[in-house]
Amino acid sequence: MDSLVIDLAVLVLAGFVGYAVISKVPNTLHTPLMSGTNAIHGIVLVGALLVISSAAGTFNKVILFIAIVFGTINIVGGFLVTDRMLEMFKAKPKPKDEEPAEKDGGGA
Amino acid sequence: MTPLATSWVQSESFIYVLYIIAFALFIQGLRGLAGPTTAVRGNRIAAVGMVIAVVATFLNPSEGEWGLIVLGIALGAAVGVPAARQVKMTAMPQMVALFNGVGGGAVFLIAWAEFRRHGSTYGDHTIHIVGNLGTLTISGGAVATYIAVFSVFAAIVGSISFWGSNIAFGKLQEIIPGRPITLGAGQQVVNLVLLVLALAAGVDLCAGAHSELLFIGMLVCAALLGNFLVLPIGGADMPVVISLLNAFTGLSAAATGIALNNPALIVAGMIVGASGTILTNLMAVAMNRSIPAIVAGGFGGGGAIAGAEGAGEHAGSIKSIGAMDAAIQLAYASKVVVVPGYGMAVAQAQHAVRELTQELEKRGVEVTFAIHPVAGRMPGHMNVLLAEADVPYDQLKEMEDANSDFVRTDVSLVIGANDVTNPAAKNTPSSPIYGMPILEVNESRSVIVIKRSMNPGFAGIENELYYEPETSMLFGDAKSAVADITAELGNI
Repeated sequence: MDSLVIDLAVLVLAGFVGYAVISKVPNTLHTPLMSGTNAIHGIVLVGALLVISSAAGTFNKVILFIAIVFGTINIVGGFLVTDRMLEMFKAKPKPKDEEPAEKDGGGA
Repeated sequence: MTPLATSWVQSESFIYVLYIIAFALFIQGLRGLAGPTTAVRGNRIAAVGMVIAVVATFLNPSEGEWGLIVLGIALGAAVGVPAARQVKMTAMPQMVALFNGVGGGAVFLIAWAEFRRHGSTYGDHTIHIVGNLGTLTISGGAVATYIAVFSVFAAIVGSISFWGSNIAFGKLQEIIPGRPITLGAGQQVVNLVLLVLALAAGVDLCAGAHSELLFIGMLVCAALLGNFLVLPIGGADMPVVISLLNAFTGLSAAATGIALNNPALIVAGMIVGASGTILTNLMAVAMNRSIPAIVAGGFGGGGAIAGAEGAGEHAGSIKSIGAMDAAIQLAYASKVVVVPGYGMAVAQAQHAVRELTQELEKRGVEVTFAIHPVAGRMPGHMNVLLAEADVPYDQLKEMEDANSDFVRTDVSLVIGANDVTNPAAKNTPSSPIYGMPILEVNESRSVIVIKRSMNPGFAGIENELYYEPETSMLFGDAKSAVADITAELGNI
């Protein structure tokens, strides 16, 4: 029972933290936000890794193997694609030779 | 399995500390997404967190099956890396849908394997928890039941997310027609029955029904539900659906985390759930529609059709112009606002648009972009395309800022956007989109609309904007029309 209570506390707090952090992301970055959070839920890979170590029987191993493949695609693909997108956003202020624009680029 | 090593590196506390570091890095990484200059670093910080979480799992003394693990990770990387490297920016929505789907797939497979492993003890009084110190056996009803409850939840939601995302991918990739596909009037009844069946099976399993057939039946019901939920959804509602499925996968991952008692999974999953929920809400508000109405499918049913017919009476007073006239209007403007929509993405016109705006800026014209939250097929879709074309970040205006600017705008250039500019949303209470926040391009001195034909947009609603006296229509493919204007500008 103890671990359930602690887990629930973590769950609720994480919900509020998530809400607070994500609310600050501007509309412009919503696609990278989606693909970035997508990559983060690839954490289910950890779940697959934990369960496969005690899996018995071929069928169990097969479905967990597929889960590992899926989780890895999710993580690797998600982070890479997000990185690609964000590089495009970051590149922006430099080509413009306006001093002030570069300075307060992080604001908004 | 008994713990093999006693090294502190493999102690449960140390592994937990690593998980805590991992989720702290996820949160810190997401904080970076608050601005474009810190975002790249933020994403990389989150990726480091992920590596730490995976390494922590490997430290687990009972970890085994290394061959399968290495093979699985190698295979996943072999699929994921090239896909992420090569995908075009215009294809980003389907890529996100696909990555989201595999996440949901992993979740329901894990839940299934867990069920099979626990077998007869599932929902019973004794449960084996996979902890960091090997398999732990705990007695007591409450423990077993709560793990079963979260596991079953993960299985249902993960399965819906997997199948729903696949359908969304198919629609966006145009493997499946993008228009709504429904079973007709019975659709919602069928969905409801499927949901009830899946839940009933889930409850039965938690109460101790040790039937794998029941578990598979539950997965099948959830799979069908995932398909039926997304098939009736039209292209323009995609931003809402993709966000919703993102939230689903996140929540199912968090539930898996509770079932496996793993803090990294709980926090990461919940944050994604929160993010997806926020985005879903934003998108629904930006369309002035409720999430249930979108999920229930179609566009407002009969009302939409009636509204479309009523608005159809307008015909007659459209002003069609050529690239040359458009170029002249733009060249002599002092402020131009570009309003991009899905049509720009379809025509891959973002680079052509960028060339046009650069040409205008050389002539001293002030150019900004006004971006509606639901323009395109996913949240922020237009921004990504314009960023790809090197449009400076500070030229991209969100709806509220943009709307206060239109009165001072000489020419609004609408490229492949339709419903989000329709003044009927403000002026015509009978219109099905009445109340939806729009970009008020009709406030600007003149409007040029680049459009392939007079076919109404996704919603099947005539756009009153096209009949207003200050509006000119430039018919053609977005990319070539924009390139033509740029060419004509050179001649002025």
